[in-house]
Amino acid sequence: MDILTLLVVVPFLTVLVLIFFGKGLVKSRTITLVGSLVQFGLALNLLFAYLKERAINDSIMLFSRDIMWFKSFNIHYAIGVDGVSVALILLTAIIVLAGVFISWKIDQLPKEFFIFLVILAAGVYGFFISVDLFTMFVFYEIAVIPMYLLIGIWGSGPRENSAMKLTLMLMGASAVLLVGILGLYFNSNADGGALTFNIFEIAKVHISEDTQRLFFPIVFIGFAVIGALFPFHTWSPSGHASAPTAVSMLHAGVLMKLGGYGIFRVAMFLLPAGALYWTNFFIVLAVIGIVYGALAAIKQTDLKYINAYSSVSHLGMVLFALLMLNKTAWNGAILQSLSHGFMTALFFALIGMIYGRTHTRDATKMGGLLKIIPFISMIYVVAGLASLGLPGMSGFVAEMNIFAGAFQHTDTFHRVASILTVSAIVITAVYILRVVGMMLMGPIRFDEFKNLPKVTWYERVGIYLLLIPVVGIGIAPMWLSNMIMDSIEPFFKGVEVLINK
Amino acid sequence: MDFSYTIFILLIPITTFLLLGFFYNRIKPAVSGWIGVTALTIVAGLSYYTAIKYFFYTPKLEGKYQTLYGIKMNWMNFTDKLHIDMGILLDPISIMMLVVVSTISLMVHIYSRGYMDGDRGYTKFFAFLSLFTFAMMGLVVATNLFQIYIFWELVGVSSFLLIGYYYEKPSAVAAAKKAFIVTRFADLGFLIGILLMGYYGGSYDFGILNNPEGAAIMNWASSSFMGLSVITWALLLMFMGGAGKSAMFPLHIWLPDAMEGPTPVSALIHAATMVVAGVYLVARMFPMFYFVEDGYALHVVAWVGAISSLIAAIIALTQYDIKRVLAFSTMSQIGYMMLALGVSKFDGHEGLGYMASMWHLFTHAMFKALLFLGAGSIIHAIHSNFMQDMGGLRKYMPITHITFLIGALSISGFPLTAGFFSKDEILAAAFEHNKPIYFITLFVAGLTAFYMFRLYFSIFWGKKKEYEHTPHESPWSMKFPLMFLAFMSVAAGYISFSEMVTADRAIFHIHFDFVGAAIAVSVGLSGIALAWFFYKKPTDYPEKISTAFGRFYTWTFHKFYIDELYLFITRTIIFKYISGSFAWFDQNVVDGSMRGIGNKTVSFSKLIKGLQSGKLQDYAVAFAGGAFILVLIVLYVL
Repeated sequence: MDILTLLVVVPFLTVLVLIFFGKGLVKSRTITLVGSLVQFGLALNLLFAYLKERAINDSIMLFSRDIMWFKSFNIHYAIGVDGVSVALILLTAIIVLAGVFISWKIDQLPKEFFIFLVILAAGVYGFFISVDLFTMFVFYEIAVIPMYLLIGIWGSGPRENSAMKLTLMLMGASAVLLVGILGLYFNSNADGGALTFNIFEIAKVHISEDTQRLFFPIVFIGFAVIGALFPFHTWSPSGHASAPTAVSMLHAGVLMKLGGYGIFRVAMFLLPAGALYWTNFFIVLAVIGIVYGALAAIKQTDLKYINAYSSVSHLGMVLFALLMLNKTAWNGAILQSLSHGFMTALFFALIGMIYGRTHTRDATKMGGLLKIIPFISMIYVVAGLASLGLPGMSGFVAEMNIFAGAFQHTDTFHRVASILTVSAIVITAVYILRVVGMMLMGPIRFDEFKNLPKVTWYERVGIYLLLIPVVGIGIAPMWLSNMIMDSIEPFFKGVEVLINK
Repeated sequence: MDFSYTIFILLIPITTFLLLGFFYNRIKPAVSGWIGVTALTIVAGLSYYTAIKYFFYTPKLEGKYQTLYGIKMNWMNFTDKLHIDMGILLDPISIMMLVVVSTISLMVHIYSRGYMDGDRGYTKFFAFLSLFTFAMMGLVVATNLFQIYIFWELVGVSSFLLIGYYYEKPSAVAAAKKAFIVTRFADLGFLIGILLMGYYGGSYDFGILNNPEGAAIMNWASSSFMGLSVITWALLLMFMGGAGKSAMFPLHIWLPDAMEGPTPVSALIHAATMVVAGVYLVARMFPMFYFVEDGYALHVVAWVGAISSLIAAIIALTQYDIKRVLAFSTMSQIGYMMLALGVSKFDGHEGLGYMASMWHLFTHAMFKALLFLGAGSIIHAIHSNFMQDMGGLRKYMPITHITFLIGALSISGFPLTAGFFSKDEILAAAFEHNKPIYFITLFVAGLTAFYMFRLYFSIFWGKKKEYEHTPHESPWSMKFPLMFLAFMSVAAGYISFSEMVTADRAIFHIHFDFVGAAIAVSVGLSGIALAWFFYKKPTDYPEKISTAFGRFYTWTFHKFYIDELYLFITRTIIFKYISGSFAWFDQNVVDGSMRGIGNKTVSFSKLIKGLQSGKLQDYAVAFAGGAFILVLIVLYVL
């Protein structure tokens, strides 16, 4: 079996083993741990195999494979990866693994919990390796649906409501996306060939400009809802707030990245003329999301809400960067996806640990935690610094690429948008330091928190798994940045040709 | 000449930080203190070695000091042309800064072993000091704008961590946050400036940007925005970052509060090194500031410096917290450095202001660190920051007394001290190129002497207070740095700076102007005399004067209410109104409408629930009816 298909098969095998042998917490988490370790190994192996293959093979997608699975509509199981998907697959593998460690003591229906978690992951892997629009869509749905159950059953607070809202909005977006995909499909024979879902086949076809203008916003919004585009972001704060820790990690860390990835892979690549026509409109929405998300985060007191709004702001930057239509910014968009993935997963993990100890997520109800649980608190500060774009952390690298790309536009509209976007780094500093000052520093205000359990070994493992990439990318961005930059090149061609006209 | 060993100047402090940081609860406090001191001794040794090798043994190029690179490597690429390098740039100002930072840092490390003795977070403290030293060293040796920005942010964070070192004190937490956010806001300008400069100047590299014949300087007129060249805008925005770090008006509000940090930190970061980063930035970009648009941005620098130095000196007159007096004094002296750069020209002796600024930076680092460490010694002895609680301390603490006096004389420009020489050159440069600024500077010199000796007399003379514990002199670990810095506060005046650090890097000789010096000295001496008259013995003159000034005194005492203005803007306008309404809007309008859709769906589904009868014939009828309607639509509508 090829190296990519294994990525999808292993999770499903894990699910099967879980169903038959995963009775009780210890068994189910051991099985999941083994499964995700294997998966992590596969992802690492893929990275090295990719780098090795890339040196001698310059086709756009490597390890490609194409199997027909639905003949009458010409749907293929067509797969292949480039640097962007390899990086995102590694991100997923690490977050899933960390998620297992963070859910070490999940007591309610552990078997079912892990089953859904692994299914979700399988969908994500499948999404990142497909180059066939329909297959991609199927995997996307596989990833989204377990979300409802994971939040609805294992969540907290008004979980049914949040799960319902989240699912309805994401399903609505899927419906829009499906329209977009079908639109692309039915226009894929403009030059007289067969209808196809394969993005590289469609890319070869000349789609008329009017059609592109019609379908670009549809595809864009279809993907952007899960990327928390303003004003379609409201599923995210309540969804995150209600979700259990590992689900929040996976959701914010990986699932929300599908949006930016899809826009990069599908909307921008296949509909460049549409992109050019619509960018200004969507830039306005993205910039509103960036500034608005950050400002709204200042007023929140629930840690998860803060982080969710912060995600709206940070992922707004991904969309903003993609809409800047140049390679530097696109590189920044992908780096930001990765960076935000690790960082936000780390944040949610830490919030879970704090909540598990204090049983509150209200930052105003805590104080002086730095003295009680120093390790968790210190890492929270570090994660906060990563979030506000401190150099030496991954966020800085990503944001600087985005800004440097954005500043290549000289017209007033882009300038104003760019400056507003850059200004988010100050607002971010405000809401991060507000929480740090209120919750971690200061005197111990509540006696009931004087003795909280220390950090456990599995929590430490989870933290380090996520922290190492954040710092690693931040200190030595070169290899990752170059790998992504090279892979962006072919996808940028279409837009580039039009801009140069 | 091989300077590649300079990488250790960066590697040693960061290694120390990681070592102390990771094993902070496993290393004994005494050991961690020694690790810090040893590391810094090596770093200082390397810095001195580099300085000697560079200034005396490296051949000059056409009579000018060259730019050398210890190391330079590619860190990240934006485009084919724009990239970020990491490296070590060696030229007169960066080497001078290496000497300043390593010297003060070493002294502060030694001092802290005594001052922080018995503190719970002793190891953590030394870890943060090492982190700061690393970041500051990286900043001064930066080869390009982005590298300087990267380390600029890192010093900001270490400053945050150290101001908030006593994190259980709410005031310390507030001060740390304030310092970080205010400088972060200023850095927003810096970053935008860098991005603009990268686009219009075509590079981030200092070597390329600062070349007087290079494209960035030659083509400054090619693009404009609101009547000014975009390059000028970029420089002004970058200066905004510098003004934030260097506590220039109106971005100075964080510096007085930063005194919440431990006193050695105030000496190192908030007096001698980090706060002069803004001055260093302007000096680093000086050719651009000078050549672009006839030095428009440089005029702004000069006036911001002059106004800041005046305002700070006035506020310092009325403060009672000795560390805050020193903080405002720092702001005032940095204003001096800024205005000296601002009035400077480029070639030869015309570049006197540049040389004077760098010299003053050097001497100020020595005497201001001395004054802060002296203040720390006093606070250590009597556990109070307020001068009302002090008096007659000269008997108890002879070494602190003498060294503090030397520091105070030096900052007041007393003849033959270091401060006298450097300040005199600043006055001379201002006199030559900008008369209004010269008079401000002269007036500030008088104020400086007055408030410094107000401080000195109230602490060491005046009425003896009843102390709970008899104040005692500090241990040797604290006395030694005081003595060393006192020595430097005099000796630094005899270094021939004009042969080392000049704007165009060629050597020139200072013409010593006796008349100018005499005027400056007499102003300084009258300040001291006035303070002697007022504060040597308790009198009621100060009170009379302050009542005579009435409203103005109150305003000054409250630092002109600038803090309150900022608080109003941030708390009330941004937090309450803007941010609050955004949060409300999100939960009620945006989310509300989404929820509305959800609720409507649910109620609609309830409405049509009755249709799901489960009877086959009902469905058949519905199916047939639907099909019929569809056919009608197809026939008639389409």
